[in-house]
Parts: sequence; C-alpha cells; structure tokens
Amino acid sequence: MSVDYPRYLRNDKLPLYWCPGCGNGIVLKALLGAIDDLRWEKDDMVMVSGIGCAARGSGYVDFHTLHTLHGRAVPAATAIKMCHPSMHVIVFSGDGDMLAIGGNHFIHACRRNINITMVVVNNWIYGMTGGQYSPTTPPGSKASTMPQGNIDSNFDVVELARGAGATFVARGSVAEPALLKNYLRKGLEHKGASVIDAISSCHTQWGGRNQLGDPVQLVEHIRNMTVSRNNADVLSREELTGKLVTGIFHQDLEKKEYAQAYAELSRPVEQNVVV
Amino acid sequence: MAFRCELRFAGVGGQGNMLAGTIIAETAILHEHRFATQVPTYTSQVRGGPTKADVIISDNHIEFPEATHLDFMLALDQRTYDMYKGDLKNHALVLIDDNLVRISARERDLWDVYGFPIIRTAKYEVGNVLTANILAVGMTVELTRVVDKEHVRKILQSRIRPALLEVNMKAFDMGIQAARALQLQKINQRAGTTLLAGQFVQAQDSSFVRESAPPT
Amino acid sequence: MADVQIMNGNQLIAEAALVAGCRFYAGYPITPSSEIPELLARRMPEVGGIFMQLEDEIASIVAAAAASYAGYKSMTASSGPGISLKQEGIGMACMMELPLVIVDVMRGGPSTGLPTRASQSDYMQTRWGTHGDHMIIAVAPGTLLECYTETIRAFNMAERYRTPVIILSDATLAHLSSGVTLPPRSALEIVERQQPTVDPANYRPYETSPTNPVPPLPNRENFPRYRFHMTGLNKDATGFPTENPASVQADENRMINKIMDYTGAIESFEHYQLDDAQVAVIAYGSNANAARVAIKEARSQGLKVGMFRPITVWPFPFQQVMELGRKFKHIIVSELNLGQMIHEVQRALQGRSELHGVLQAAGTPIRPQQILQKIREVSA
Repeated sequence: MSVDYPRYLRNDKLPLYWCPGCGNGIVLKALLGAIDDLRWEKDDMVMVSGIGCAARGSGYVDFHTLHTLHGRAVPAATAIKMCHPSMHVIVFSGDGDMLAIGGNHFIHACRRNINITMVVVNNWIYGMTGGQYSPTTPPGSKASTMPQGNIDSNFDVVELARGAGATFVARGSVAEPALLKNYLRKGLEHKGASVIDAISSCHTQWGGRNQLGDPVQLVEHIRNMTVSRNNADVLSREELTGKLVTGIFHQDLEKKEYAQAYAELSRPVEQNVVV
Repeated sequence: MAFRCELRFAGVGGQGNMLAGTIIAETAILHEHRFATQVPTYTSQVRGGPTKADVIISDNHIEFPEATHLDFMLALDQRTYDMYKGDLKNHALVLIDDNLVRISARERDLWDVYGFPIIRTAKYEVGNVLTANILAVGMTVELTRVVDKEHVRKILQSRIRPALLEVNMKAFDMGIQAARALQLQKINQRAGTTLLAGQFVQAQDSSFVRESAPPT
Repeated sequence: MADVQIMNGNQLIAEAALVAGCRFYAGYPITPSSEIPELLARRMPEVGGIFMQLEDEIASIVAAAAASYAGYKSMTASSGPGISLKQEGIGMACMMELPLVIVDVMRGGPSTGLPTRASQSDYMQTRWGTHGDHMIIAVAPGTLLECYTETIRAFNMAERYRTPVIILSDATLAHLSSGVTLPPRSALEIVERQQPTVDPANYRPYETSPTNPVPPLPNRENFPRYRFHMTGLNKDATGFPTENPASVQADENRMINKIMDYTGAIESFEHYQLDDAQVAVIAYGSNANAARVAIKEARSQGLKVGMFRPITVWPFPFQQVMELGRKFKHIIVSELNLGQMIHEVQRALQGRSELHGVLQAAGTPIRPQQILQKIREVSA
C-alpha cells in the first residue's frame, strides 16, 4: 500500500528548503511512512524542532508544529506532552542542535523517560552555518572549523541515549530507508523516551570537504559503513572500527513513563483552589 | 500611645531563629489583632551562617519591615550578635546564650542584658537540643510580655507536629521559668532600682509599651 | 480577623498564579525564589495543573513558553542569574507572542552576587535583557497584597496582549511574612485569552485587524483541533518565516504598538502625598516602603514631600514623570542599585528638575533615614 505523503505535508510550503540531494528528506519521508503505518491523525501529532537544517522539517508537516530556539526543542516537547498527554510528540532536529547546545536537555529527557520520540537527524556537521564540526563529526574528517581533520572525539548517540536512560534506542540511516522507517515506527509506538539516531547525509558541507561531494556517492559511503546489529555481533572490535551499527539496541518496557507518573500524582480537586 | 515593638532573633542557620520570630509574629496577628511582620536575613550557608529574623509588632500598619530601632534582641551566636547589635536602642532588652555570646561591660550598661545557657538547657534539661528556639521564645515572651504566653501556646499547638509538641511545650515552660528566675535575680541585685528603666513602662496588663521612637 | 492569612511574598505570588488560572509551572531551584516552586509542587497536582522542575533555567522558560503555545496559562520564576539564562526564551515568547508570566525575585549581582540579599538591580535587564527590538511589560509589587494582586494583573495582561509579563519582586518582599487579607475571588477580574472564531482550516496565528492588534490564540481545550506553526524567526500572519522587508517592519512595529498603544490600561502607579509636596521621591517595589516612612517623618518635621511610585515599571511611565518635571524643582530617585531607573527618569524630565539619587548596592535595604537625610538636604 503506497503512502499518501501529500496528506501529511503542507504542500504550499514545498519545495523543501534543503539542498538537492540532502539526506534529511529521506529521513522525513521515512518518518511520514511510519506515521502512515500507524494511521495517526494529524490533529493528534505535534512536531517540535530546534534550529538548523533538519529543524526546518517542522515547517513542512501538517501537524501542530513549533520551531523553537537552538537546542531547545526537547524541553518544549516535554512541556507539550505534559499539557496534552494523549497527543503524540515528536522532536525532529539535528546532531548539533540536540547533542551540543541541547545536549543537557537531551540526556534529561532520556532520564525522565517522558513519552516523546526524539529523531536525531545526524549528518555529522553543522550544515546551515557553514560546515563546522559537530559532536558527531567522525574523528579525522574535515570541517570548516577543523580543516586539518577533526581531533574532537564524537558521541555515539546510541550509547549516550541508553546511558542517559532512554527506554527505546535505535539507529538507522538514509542508506536503508525501509529499515529506518521501521525503527521510527517502533520508536513512535514505544511508550517512553525513544531516541532514533537517523544517520543523514550532508554532501554540501561534510561530503564536499571529505571527497564525497556527490550525494549518491555519500549515501553509498554510508551504506558501505553500515553493519546490522546482528552481523556486528560476530565482528571483532577492530573490524567494527569506522562502522555504523544499525538496529534496535534497547527497549525497556518496565521503567515508568513520566507523564503517566505525574498523572498518578494528581488528584484533581479543582474546586479547592484557594480563597 | 500606639503600641510598637521591634524584635530581632539572631543566631546561626539551624538554631531555629526564623521560626522563633515567626511564632511571635503569628501570635500577634492571629490572637492579638495587631499588625506584625517577620523578615528574615540569612546567607546561603544552610547551617552555621549568620541569620536574623526581624519582627515588628504594632497597632498601626507596618510600612518598613526591617527593624531599625530594636527594643529586643535574642542572640545565640557571637558573630551574628556583633553584626546586628548596632540597631539596639539604649535600654533595649538583650537576651543571650551566655555560653556562646560575650558582652562587654560597656554594653551591659547600655542595654538590659539577660544571660542564660539556652542551648545547653534545651539539650540536657529539656532533652532535645532542637527545642532551644522554643525555650528562647518562652524567655522572650516572659521578659518582654510582647505577646500573651497563652496565645503563644495556641500557635505552638497549631504549628508543631503532635509527636514533638510535648517536648516543645516543656521547653516553652522552662523558658518562662528561667526568665522569671533571672528577673528575680536582677531585682535582688539592683535592690530597689526600677526593673524596666528608660523608655519602658510596665503597663497594668503587663504588656510591653514603648514611647514613640526618637528620630535618629 | 478570621480571614487573615500569614504568608510571604513568594507564597502570595504562587497562590495568585493559581487563582489567575495558571496551570503550568516549570522552574529550576534558585534562591530567593524557592517558596514559589515549593508551593506549586504541592498545589498544581491538586488543581489539575502541571509542575515541573527541569534540568536548567533555559529548559524552564522554554517549557513554560511551549505550554503557553499548547494553550495553558503558564509561569516560571527565578532570580537574576537565572533570568540572565532565560533571556533567549523571553525573546522567543516575545516573537511568538505567547502569554507568559516570569517572576524575577531580584538579588544582588552581577554574576552569583548576593544570593540571599535584596536588590533591584535587574531593572534594566528586564527591559533590555533579550536581544532585538521588543517591548516588555513588567510590574513591581511594593506590598504583600500587591504580590497577590499584581500577579493576577500580570496574567491578565499576558493573556490580553499575548506577551510575556515580568514580575519584579525582591528578596525582602519574597521572605517578608505578615498577615494578609486577600480580596474575595468574586472581586477579581480574570482575563482569558481571546479564542479564534474561524474554523481550524482558516486560522492564522498572527492574523490581526486594525481594531484588534492582538490575534486570538487557542486555549487548552481548543489547541488539539487548531493546527498551526510557530517559529522564533520573524514571521508573517500565517506563523511561517518571512524576510519580506515590509512585512517584517510592520510586524516589528505591531509587536511594540500592541503594548504602547495601551499604556493607559497597562500603567499602574501610586501618588503618595504629592498634592501639596515641594519635593517628589520616585521609588518602586519594597524600597518604596522605606521612602514612605521617610516621607511621614519628613512631614512631621514640616517638610512637604510626596512620592510617585510606579507599579507598572515597564513600559516606563514617561508621561507621568514628565509631568512631575513640570511641577517639582527637586526629584529624588531611590532604588536598590547604583542607578538604573534614574536614567529613565532623567530622560523623561528633559532637564526640567534637579535630580538626586539615593542609591545602594550593599545587599541591605535602604533605610528610611537615608532617604530622609536626602530629603533634608534637598529641602534646605
């Protein structure tokens, strides 16, 4: 069954703001496909984003949408989930936004286990501002502020999210969009803080500086790096160096979800307001 | 003559000086239909930093809640006493824990000073060091008569957890007794001099009345 | 006096927020604002509201603004260092035109400053803390009762003008406890945000008309069926970004004018014994109480002094102060900082009066005697 994408889009806002060949469109398409699988109503969904290329995604979807400040999508999404616990709240933002300037909010939302779906559109670079290195830029690769090759270690988003207490953690990539859609759907369905590390491709800012300026070449490069979780189990540490392991890494159905825990705390007695 | 009294409860964080001030102010408001304010000053040091609670009780609305002409000061710590004694009026009543605060002979002439081992008594005779502030409240009320002690008892009953009420009531009563003993002692020492000299007069109902404040 | 309640300024602000309809609070622990979250942590679940202690000050203001986007009346509270961090969120709420109440319990500064001591040194930060052209409403309660009534007024103005409103309290007012008789609820005006009348498909979050410069915004009940976009970028009537110069200029002007055209309704001030006065004192917040005692004492000594006390401190009561300049040869400004509002006063006086300051940044309140002394000097 094909997906009626225009149904979920603000079609008058097209074409997309992203560069031709950008991987972000693949991630957004996978997300809409996952939502279509779930038959969720547009009125029931809120997409919140921060600042950056990926964060512009919120403008294109015909949901409730809030384009916040740099790094601040997660606390905004947290508040909206608390205000309307029955609505589905999705954060769609980039690696710099969510892991650098918004890193503190990210780990605390994981810890809190609030039922929001955090899609880290991870293209390893600050695209919009001109290709500066981000917390996920692979060591050795070039960026506009690391022309000699990155000396800064990078975050493993999966390990970070799991360590911080997220109860659903997966990684997919634009090289395997069908699998990515599957991980996104499972993340959306999960009742708790879910994190999907969605490896995207920025040929303009990252690829061009690293001999992968052609978008197709860059997606091929990502595909060549990708190893599924099952296959990774039999590889040695050395063999896994420089590889991207994809799959669902963690799901905890026991940990209490925050909005639910708060609801249980509440005993509404509205008439008892002071005075 | 409109009633007005300024009190300061000074010590270090953890001694309960804030609560002592609150109890006196609440008594005046809830049971004596007077205006009262309590404004605390403290530091970010949760335990051991210099703290004070200023309480003003008046027949008139209180505009400025910081005490500037003190009629009474409780001091449970030397450093805090030294920091905050500057606002005491001449002949003001000063109650100190005399194990913890030293007062010079000159200051003893300036003020009407009462010394008592408040904290030690709370610890060994009442049996709970945390009741020292309530013991001090008992002494304050008995020495100043600024509020009625029966009214204070009502506030204590409403504010203190049932499990701790008995020991606090014991502390309060011991404070009253200790204050009476000190007053008697002072009367004997002075042998004929007036107990409350200067600007204070003992009114018929034993309330503590002050002449209008001299402008400074 | 059965209806007397003993509360401090912070508790009164928190209770007033609930009465005003606030059902979302997010904050981060900071002295001297603590009693506000402590009270709301207990009370919010009882009234079907949400209390959140978040990971930092920035998360708190962004969450409070997002709750407002989601239809809730919402609030955050902090003190100077936290308000410094919140500035980007205040700017976002200005740009998105989200109703929001921000309590600033002022303490000494800059930096960590004097965590437990009184100050009024956030006066200018309140006005110009966030970047970009914008207008802000700020109220400075001077008494415990005003902590209550001004908080309700702050929520009402936030909803009416779709804007953040700042309550400038201070450490003295925050921790002053005394008996307060609160007005009955029936006597309080509670403003609800204007609701869209168009069907959801035609709703535009910034659609204004010449007669209504403040567009409707869905409340908690209506939010789920009204889908719209909001951004911190300059926006057009639809809520989507625009860089069209004419459109941006018009929107920037409108955001300022939606407040400045209504200063008559927003302004609040007190004239205290000004009618026959020869010297005027200008003071606000808890410091005005020291001025009041000084004025009483001065009058008992035959000196004719009065006070102008702004309660709405932003927008600055320019017209009011300009008129004082026509009447008074000497004007004394007293504030608990080294000179902030005095600059606004100077601008409004346009050189008409001689201006004197009683300024202090010692962490202790200005005493009535200090203001009295200045009154004597000026009157001599």
